[in-house]
Amino acid sequence: MSITRLLTSLLFVIAMAFTPLAAAQQEDPGVALLNDLATASPREVEAAIKAIANSGDERARSWLEAFGSNRLSIIKDSGKIVVVLNNRGRDWTIADALTSENLGEISRRKLDRININNAMRRQLEGTLAMLDLYADNPDLQAQAGKDLLGKVDEALVEPLTEFLAQDRPRAVTNRVEQALAIYRVEQLGDIEAVDVLAGSLHSRARAALNSAVTSDDPALAGKARIALESVEQKLKLNRAAETLYFGLSLGSVLVLAAIGLAITFGVMGVINMAHGELIMLGAYTTWGMQQLLPGQPGLALILSIPAGFLVAALAGVAIERSVIQFLKGRPLETLLATFGISLILQQLVRTVISPLNRTVITPEWMSGSLIINDALSLTLNRLYVLAFALLVFAALMLIMRKTRLGLEVRAVTQNRAMARSMGIRATRVDVMTFALGSGVAGLAGVALSQLTNVGPNLGQNYIIDSFMVVVFGGVGNLWGTLVAGLTLGTLNQLLEPWAGAVLAKIVVLVFIILFIQKRPRGLFPQKGRAAEG
Amino acid sequence: MWLTRPFYERSTQLFLGILFAALLVVTVLHVALPEGHPLHVTSYTVTLFGKYLCYALLAVAVDLVWGYLGILSLGHGAFFALGGYAMGMYLMRQIGDRGTYGDPILPDFMVFLNWQELPWYWLGFDMAWFAFIMVLLAPGLLALVFGFLAFRSRVTGVYLSIITQALTFALMLAFFRNEMGFGGNNGLTDFKDILGFNLRTDATRLGLFLATGVALAIGYVVCRAIVTSKLGRVSVACRDAEARTRFLGYRVERVQLFVFVVSAMLAGVAGALYVPQVGIINPSEFSPIFSIEIVVWVALGGRATLYGAVIGAILVNYAKTVFTGVMPDAWLFALGALFVLVTVFLPQGIAGLLKSRHTAKEAAA
Repeated sequence: MSITRLLTSLLFVIAMAFTPLAAAQQEDPGVALLNDLATASPREVEAAIKAIANSGDERARSWLEAFGSNRLSIIKDSGKIVVVLNNRGRDWTIADALTSENLGEISRRKLDRININNAMRRQLEGTLAMLDLYADNPDLQAQAGKDLLGKVDEALVEPLTEFLAQDRPRAVTNRVEQALAIYRVEQLGDIEAVDVLAGSLHSRARAALNSAVTSDDPALAGKARIALESVEQKLKLNRAAETLYFGLSLGSVLVLAAIGLAITFGVMGVINMAHGELIMLGAYTTWGMQQLLPGQPGLALILSIPAGFLVAALAGVAIERSVIQFLKGRPLETLLATFGISLILQQLVRTVISPLNRTVITPEWMSGSLIINDALSLTLNRLYVLAFALLVFAALMLIMRKTRLGLEVRAVTQNRAMARSMGIRATRVDVMTFALGSGVAGLAGVALSQLTNVGPNLGQNYIIDSFMVVVFGGVGNLWGTLVAGLTLGTLNQLLEPWAGAVLAKIVVLVFIILFIQKRPRGLFPQKGRAAEG
Repeated sequence: MWLTRPFYERSTQLFLGILFAALLVVTVLHVALPEGHPLHVTSYTVTLFGKYLCYALLAVAVDLVWGYLGILSLGHGAFFALGGYAMGMYLMRQIGDRGTYGDPILPDFMVFLNWQELPWYWLGFDMAWFAFIMVLLAPGLLALVFGFLAFRSRVTGVYLSIITQALTFALMLAFFRNEMGFGGNNGLTDFKDILGFNLRTDATRLGLFLATGVALAIGYVVCRAIVTSKLGRVSVACRDAEARTRFLGYRVERVQLFVFVVSAMLAGVAGALYVPQVGIINPSEFSPIFSIEIVVWVALGGRATLYGAVIGAILVNYAKTVFTGVMPDAWLFALGALFVLVTVFLPQGIAGLLKSRHTAKEAAA
């Protein structure tokens, strides 16, 4: 025996003696369970699997999974049971099945695989699903219930029925009932079970009903047909809800983009063609914030809300002071000058930052979707933007109706000379209002950065839509803008399935053009003296 | 006769004199001088000048509605492009079986999209007279329908500007679609000849340039005739006080409609002359930014003068050629600044400057 070998074994012995884990290993019930599984004859395997599943050991799941994927092996020399982590090549990486400790590589010749056949694997799948159903984690339970759909076989019927007898969360038992019903309809032709499937929107349940419709049993086929019809009906409803959701989402984007314009154009009567670029500035502020705070996209996004407002508002003030104030009462010239500003801002972004699109990260709490049922799920980012749009709208409404600024704005727009003679500083009001409208455009940009690409052309894509929304809703009417935005968004989404995205947009544009011919002052025209601007 | 009245005006005589002198000089320098001579005008430059003249005609059309009717159209690019497409369709049919796929009837892009036969709206475009009528008719009809609806319901001012912009935007989206049968994104291109003349020869190019010059002269005279007629005076009255004109008993919407349609047709002619010279027409001509650019040419030159529009169009486009050649990034900055500076500091445009110097001289004398 060489010196090194002696030393290694000595060290091993010492390690064994001093590690508390090693002491625990002696009493680990897992050893017995796994040994039973390893040495079981094909007939005894079922019992061994059950024993492991019923042991309540938290490692049971990983053992059974390893067993199911052929990764449970015994080291021939020591009889130790290990999990193979990587079975590529000659030497396999293994880990201790009991402690999950990585044991490094070992020649595959030294391993004895614990074999599994297909019958066992099927049983194992069911057992695993049962294991998850009984797990403490509700997510795991729900997922297991969903996975069971279409996978139930004879062996699982009994444990599942038993599971149903217990008091479990409704969401999980529903799933299990559906899974059992699919089995009963498909395998046994059970008519009663069709009723359960009629309540499910899952595609697997629909498949079971579809196959039942063609069955030889006329009673079953008839009942399945009725059930299928009701399912289709419900699906249609869900699809309609989804379209409505997308429509409202698109509408909320339009409202956000247009609401600032409703202030500057609608209330003040200033045509700001650079409005789209103010939106773009807001979006770029979000991007800039995320560059400043790497790794914290959520915090950066929240900070972008005030920052985007400020940046756009300041840009708005600069535009108002440098150009618009000199063009008072000349709307067509204002239109041209602000269009020039929009060109400059676009090119500025192209030159300074990049002509390419920038990626804005969506924080984790905004990604994913809210699952209503099997056929309907709402993407979270759109939901947030919808809520944000309504919030901004409410805030603006409050400012215009309840604050001194709002009062002064309305006074100045209705009768400038009179307002000034009452002591209102009209110029200051102009600046403040324009800053408010521009800041809201910045907020729209922050929200849009979560939905679309952030690039130099971002604003250009929204300017015509925004004007359409404001004009359609009725100039000078914030409620009109809200209704118009949501209506146009929904209309667009309704048209899209049969007309395609581009044609839908064209149809909406033509619709607005015709609508304005019919009602030149929009949906909700201003009445009284203010209308005779 | 009302159409000959402009010839007795000094400004028109001056304008036509300068225009024809310029046409003559370019022709002589192009034909008489050998290549390599420092004053020789290359065929490329002739086509470039031809393009400027198309833009000038377009600017005159815009000035007619903006300067004399008070309607700021942000959709004149649409009329220009429609005229261009009408011409482009004719030129496409002239290619015949010389296209890449060699189909005697279908243009290349239709073969590519697996179309079996020519859509009905392409019929007749193999005949030059039909195509040339359509150059006037297509934009004219659009202007008639759009204007009829808009003026009847008294949509004016900024609202009209915005819906004309929406109109050209909607048309742009429509023409981008392959299903429309106008070549989609790529538009119509690869033209071979016009009226039997090869488009690639210098003589044809010079001919097109001269034809554009003549078209500009005719367009200018027609516009001048309109604005000096009684109708023109009523239209100026509409511009300055629409309600008062209506109360005086004039049918304001008819005047507006007439002038608007004439202007759209002129824009269509400009587009039709533009297409064979640049060799392509695609949906980007419909883009709102192009339409709004036209307006700034007119604003720079000076509204309500017609000749100002010509000066503005040529100046801005010359600057664009120079800028995009030397430093392409700076062009949009320059254009943007131009928009701002002209509207804030030069509301009367260059023509206004000329006029004020003229009146100052008269006052001094």
